[in-house]
Amino acid sequence: MEKKLYTIIVYSENIAGLLNQITAVFTRRQINIESLNVSASSIKGVHKYTITVWIDEETIKKIVLQIEKKIEVLQAHYFTDEEIFSYEVALYKLSTPVLEREPGISKLIRRYNARVVEINPTYSAVEKDGMTEDITSFYDELQKFGCVLQFVRSGRVALTKSCVERVNEFLADRKARYLQAKQAKG
Amino acid sequence: MSNNKELVTGAEGLMRSLEHQGVKTLFGYPGGSIMPVYDALYDHRHILQHILVRHEQGATHAAQGFARASGKVGVCLVTSGPGATNTITGIADAMIDSTAIVVIAGQVGTSFLGSDAFQEVDLVGITQPISKWSYQIRRAEDVPWAVARAFYIAASGRPGPVVLDFAKNAQVEKFEYEPVSLDFVRSYIPVPDTDPMSIIMAADLINKAKRPLVLVGHGVELGNAQEELLAFIEKADMPIGCTLLGLSDIPSDHYLNMGMLGMHGNLAPNVKTNECDLLIAVGMRFDDRVTGNLETYAKQAKIIHFDIDPAEVNKNVKVDITVLGDCKQTLRSVTEMILPNKHKEWIASFKPYAEEESIKVIEPEIHPTDGPLKMGEVVRAVSEATRHEAILVTDVGQNQMMAARYFKYTHTRSIITSGGLGTMGFGLPAAIGATFAVCGRTVCVFMGDGGFQMNLQELGTIMEQKSPVKMILLNNNFLGNVRQWQAMFFNGRYSFTPMLNPDYIKIAEAYGIPARRVLERKELSSAIEEMLSTEGAFLLEACVIEEGKVLPMTPPGSSVNEMLLDC
Repeated sequence: MEKKLYTIIVYSENIAGLLNQITAVFTRRQINIESLNVSASSIKGVHKYTITVWIDEETIKKIVLQIEKKIEVLQAHYFTDEEIFSYEVALYKLSTPVLEREPGISKLIRRYNARVVEINPTYSAVEKDGMTEDITSFYDELQKFGCVLQFVRSGRVALTKSCVERVNEFLADRKARYLQAKQAKG
Repeated sequence: MSNNKELVTGAEGLMRSLEHQGVKTLFGYPGGSIMPVYDALYDHRHILQHILVRHEQGATHAAQGFARASGKVGVCLVTSGPGATNTITGIADAMIDSTAIVVIAGQVGTSFLGSDAFQEVDLVGITQPISKWSYQIRRAEDVPWAVARAFYIAASGRPGPVVLDFAKNAQVEKFEYEPVSLDFVRSYIPVPDTDPMSIIMAADLINKAKRPLVLVGHGVELGNAQEELLAFIEKADMPIGCTLLGLSDIPSDHYLNMGMLGMHGNLAPNVKTNECDLLIAVGMRFDDRVTGNLETYAKQAKIIHFDIDPAEVNKNVKVDITVLGDCKQTLRSVTEMILPNKHKEWIASFKPYAEEESIKVIEPEIHPTDGPLKMGEVVRAVSEATRHEAILVTDVGQNQMMAARYFKYTHTRSIITSGGLGTMGFGLPAAIGATFAVCGRTVCVFMGDGGFQMNLQELGTIMEQKSPVKMILLNNNFLGNVRQWQAMFFNGRYSFTPMLNPDYIKIAEAYGIPARRVLERKELSSAIEEMLSTEGAFLLEACVIEEGKVLPMTPPGSSVNEMLLDC
């Protein structure tokens, strides 16, 4: 089956050890995680994981169900690039002497819409956000000048194209149905 | 008590929480980090019966045996470090066979965590991938909540093992105890919703089917849906095959029961899997030991899968219709919608295969007239002598397959075996656990000489508890199942499968357990009679044919309908 880059979005309770449980689903199949971002979500006490992975569709379906099976996981879904808006942030530490010597570098910075966040006589720090490919090609072009001292990029963060965070509805529904069932029991 | 809030230690809180959950039996082994709990247990020992095992692995298997025989949650109590790691095999076994157990382990105090303290091990980290839920109790006030949650998670939905890692400081700190009952965890859906359309579509397929075959698994037992299953198959007149763990869901002699599925199952249901036009799986997970080669598995058939666990759907076999939910409910709903039917010819078509297997395999195995004692005949004789009413516990290997095949089942919850993990050493402690779960039913455990020695120390538990375990040792002086594979697939190179055995009768004698060795066929029935009429435990050592084979067999990687009747 054809492999694609999928983005998995997981909502979970905010507890210690959950990251381990989620990554174990991948480890068990020896699947390499491309990128991983964990942060608080817009809902209090709920954490959001954004995971990217190169994989085929059949496997991703099984993985998502196995993640969702973990007791403290609220929801897990997978998306193709067409179904999400995704962003990454990267920081590039450049040699200031080279930057001053080579006018092409500052042109590149403007062309890629990157921002200079620090300049001192030794190095300059440049920040760029954007799509994975942009960040990589900016790096490749900078490297042609041999000016990159350090490079770091974040994992992907993503928004789904559907309008609300589904987990809100999920939680409201869970609670309402539990109360309803309890009332029915008397 | 006028005020149910009072100051108690975390350990005392655990005792009260366990009693609040209705626990009456614990299997355990004390040690440093769990001593405050054992101290509290001393005051509760008349309500919470504690069974001192001889190894923590034995505690987990005993808890499994207890859970499987009773349908209740089995409980283990062990110390930190090695005590905790010794439970790993049992936890993994309970996970893959969906058995509700709660393992409570001591842990070093929270201030020592991460410091490589004496007997410290990251139990939560180790058990997360092999348990349904694993949680560290770090404060005394969390005890009632954690215990309530542990029992709810272990027993609800698809059952499984839960681990509570109980830090020592939380055992001794004091808090205001108040009982907690819990039946809701917002992130956990034990029983998924049933799509009403799936019921309608399933009923439609069943009504149209000419050659339906129902595969019955452990889920039917776990869901207590045996009656619903009978109503379902009888209304539409559908033959069934059972998985290893589903064997006692339906009486062996029911006219629609075509026998066991899988690698060493019966010929007819395996062959017919690849001839049916509709395959209906109920509470089973298409394990590779059942399906054989997936490329050729039931390709001609439409498939309906009834299951409680969404992660099982399309995991191994792609299905046409999924009916999620509790099978007690879903079977009932679909039974209402199906039409009464008869599949006389289809059912009759199983018969030639059953006869062929009976003549070529079964009869020579269970009613041999000459040659050495055979494994199958011992099983058959024990089953008959117990009027097919005993609880069968098995170890793993040839003894397991022979016992599963030739024991007959008349009651539900009558087979306790390690199916998914295939844990040698499971049988003896699981049988001990089963004796604490059932009153009045005989518990028979079949073991080989390999598996018996893997938890042999539990004879000490049997001795101390006077557990009425009827032990049948099928001794062939080989690690028989591996030897069979070596004979069939490794050119008969018996690499480390012959085994020099001790005198098991003397071992039993040392524990004060009556025992008898059977070498000849003519002694068999009187020995079984002696075993069953002796009060309490008994070891019957049957010296069986050394190079016996379990047949029929679907060789690994072969199609389900390519069973060997001889090799």
